[in-house]
Amino acid sequence: MVQTFFQVENLKKYFPIRGGILGREMGVVRAVDDVTFSIKKGETLGLVGESGCGKSTTGRALLRLIEPTAGRISFEGKEITSLSQEEMRKMRRDMQMVFQDPFASLNPRHTVERILEEPLIVHGIGDRKERKKRVRELLDVVGLTAYHAKRYPHQFSGGQRQRIVIARALALNPKLIIADEPVSALDVSIQAQVLNLLQDLQKEFQLTYLFIAHDLSVVKHISDRVGVMYLGRLIELAEKKILYQYPRHPYTQALLSSVPFPDPDYKKERIILQGDVPSPANVPQGCAFHTRCSLVMERCKTQRPELKESGPGHFVACHLYDKI
Amino acid sequence: MTDKLLEVKGLRIHFLTEQGEIPAVDEVDLEIKKGEILGIVGESGCGKSVTSLSIMKLVPSPPGKIVEGAILFKGEDLISASEKRLRQIRGKEIAMIFQEPMTSLNPVYTIGNQIRETVKLHHRYSKKKANQHAIDMLKKVGIPRPEQIIHEYPHQLSGGMRQRVMIAMAMSCDPELLIADEPTTALDVTIQAQILDLMRELNQSQGTAIMLITHDLGVVAELCDRVIVMYAGKVVEQGGVRAILKNPQHPYTKGLIQSIPHWNNQRERLYSIPGNVPTPGEWGNGCRFAPRCELAMNKCLKQMPELTEVELAHHSRCWLSS
Repeated sequence: MVQTFFQVENLKKYFPIRGGILGREMGVVRAVDDVTFSIKKGETLGLVGESGCGKSTTGRALLRLIEPTAGRISFEGKEITSLSQEEMRKMRRDMQMVFQDPFASLNPRHTVERILEEPLIVHGIGDRKERKKRVRELLDVVGLTAYHAKRYPHQFSGGQRQRIVIARALALNPKLIIADEPVSALDVSIQAQVLNLLQDLQKEFQLTYLFIAHDLSVVKHISDRVGVMYLGRLIELAEKKILYQYPRHPYTQALLSSVPFPDPDYKKERIILQGDVPSPANVPQGCAFHTRCSLVMERCKTQRPELKESGPGHFVACHLYDKI
Repeated sequence: MTDKLLEVKGLRIHFLTEQGEIPAVDEVDLEIKKGEILGIVGESGCGKSVTSLSIMKLVPSPPGKIVEGAILFKGEDLISASEKRLRQIRGKEIAMIFQEPMTSLNPVYTIGNQIRETVKLHHRYSKKKANQHAIDMLKKVGIPRPEQIIHEYPHQLSGGMRQRVMIAMAMSCDPELLIADEPTTALDVTIQAQILDLMRELNQSQGTAIMLITHDLGVVAELCDRVIVMYAGKVVEQGGVRAILKNPQHPYTKGLIQSIPHWNNQRERLYSIPGNVPTPGEWGNGCRFAPRCELAMNKCLKQMPELTEVELAHHSRCWLSS
């Protein structure tokens, strides 16, 4: 068997809810509940879902920025869940993250040069002169100039800051970049610039992306395969063309039908879901979606559907597609 | 003409900052007919929100200042209207909903209390009658168990429910114009679909005109009859929703539409408008889009084009179309 580049098996992250005067555990929020997927080298896997579905928690748990409760994560065949903090830190040379808010993720008191140099210092790469050279290179790669190096983050626009964040992630020549909503804070015209940049960089440096976003059009544009999450669970995963054209899970169908198109002539059957997403502290029994599903059956209420392959490379967690 | 509900003429709004007086809205003209849904589109800083706030004189002043222009609501000038008259209009004839329903609801009052406040003020309803009205309104916007919800506080509701409450409150006095500033931006797509559906339904059943401020062209295509595109404080293009989205004339509108990833024709690369939106204060004398425009001519950098009609009821502010 070919070794998988990045493999996640049964990842779980539960957050305890504490309450009462003794701070006892009152319950758990199942933010990520038994998620399994893999990413091939050089591909972009998109992860979509609505707020609170656990997509960001998944991203962070993969880099162990928050410790997963259970599950196995392996990177280039190496199990990283059991690594010590120090080993994990070294591991992160190859796995970097880009966050949503380019305002909050840059230190306002450091110059751009200092921000980009920091990962190099932390990992002990090069001497002063080489590091300065690398910073210039990085600025160049993301479309900024050496002239920007001495400036502070507040002197940049949102799009330029996101470029700086991307440059910082690239500083150590990583293999995998986890991008958590990298364009959602940006205006449409700037969003397109950053998406193009990400695609160019992927080609140039053979990067692998895990792209987390709530915007279905953006995810479709950039991804090769797309996974859909609902209440901490991965409910559907397929190649993007298949997923967007033939969604199988009733939630994916409703989600895709809700996206407004910038085309007044495009008429489509809209599935309006009733009610709100249940609280992740109180996930319904059985299939998490059964409370809002129009095709709900008796067994959906008691038995949780597993993510199974229902077509070539098309995984879905729904009892409708169980072969009986 | 009598079917004009709102008319804004030559509106100019400046903000006083440490750098001096900076223009935010520059000679904006617009009108809304009865029962019409008008979309105002643009990116951050283009002046769309300030324009919408100015209609009910909600631009904080200072630092904001309406320098010039007229805002006529059913023929009455709102700029010169007294504070007392404005209070009669706000909430009753023109209502507004905002982007973030959490910050626009008062966290220490119950939902019922907040809806009752509006109707008690404008209709002098008794508490009992106002209460019944609040329940009816919540029912109308599709809130389950309204009899219990009126006793609950905003934090007990989800984002979508809060936005429904905001809409119920705004609609409680049956206004003729509803100004909605990014009403669905903070919501998830499935909830957004519910809210857009609700707004369309209210527009059709009550005949309420809606002024929808958004950056999402998808939402515009869903809901609007007419669209105004703003860039750097100016209206750059306006027309029917089909004309704008299918046959955009201004290079900025074209660029904006092309930069959206589209599902059906998958392109390898997205079109992207080079550069950044200019901040107010660094606007030149010429067309404000010229520094980012691929088709810019010498003239564009020196002189601001007028809004000219390119086809019936479709205007563009570009030298290429005049």
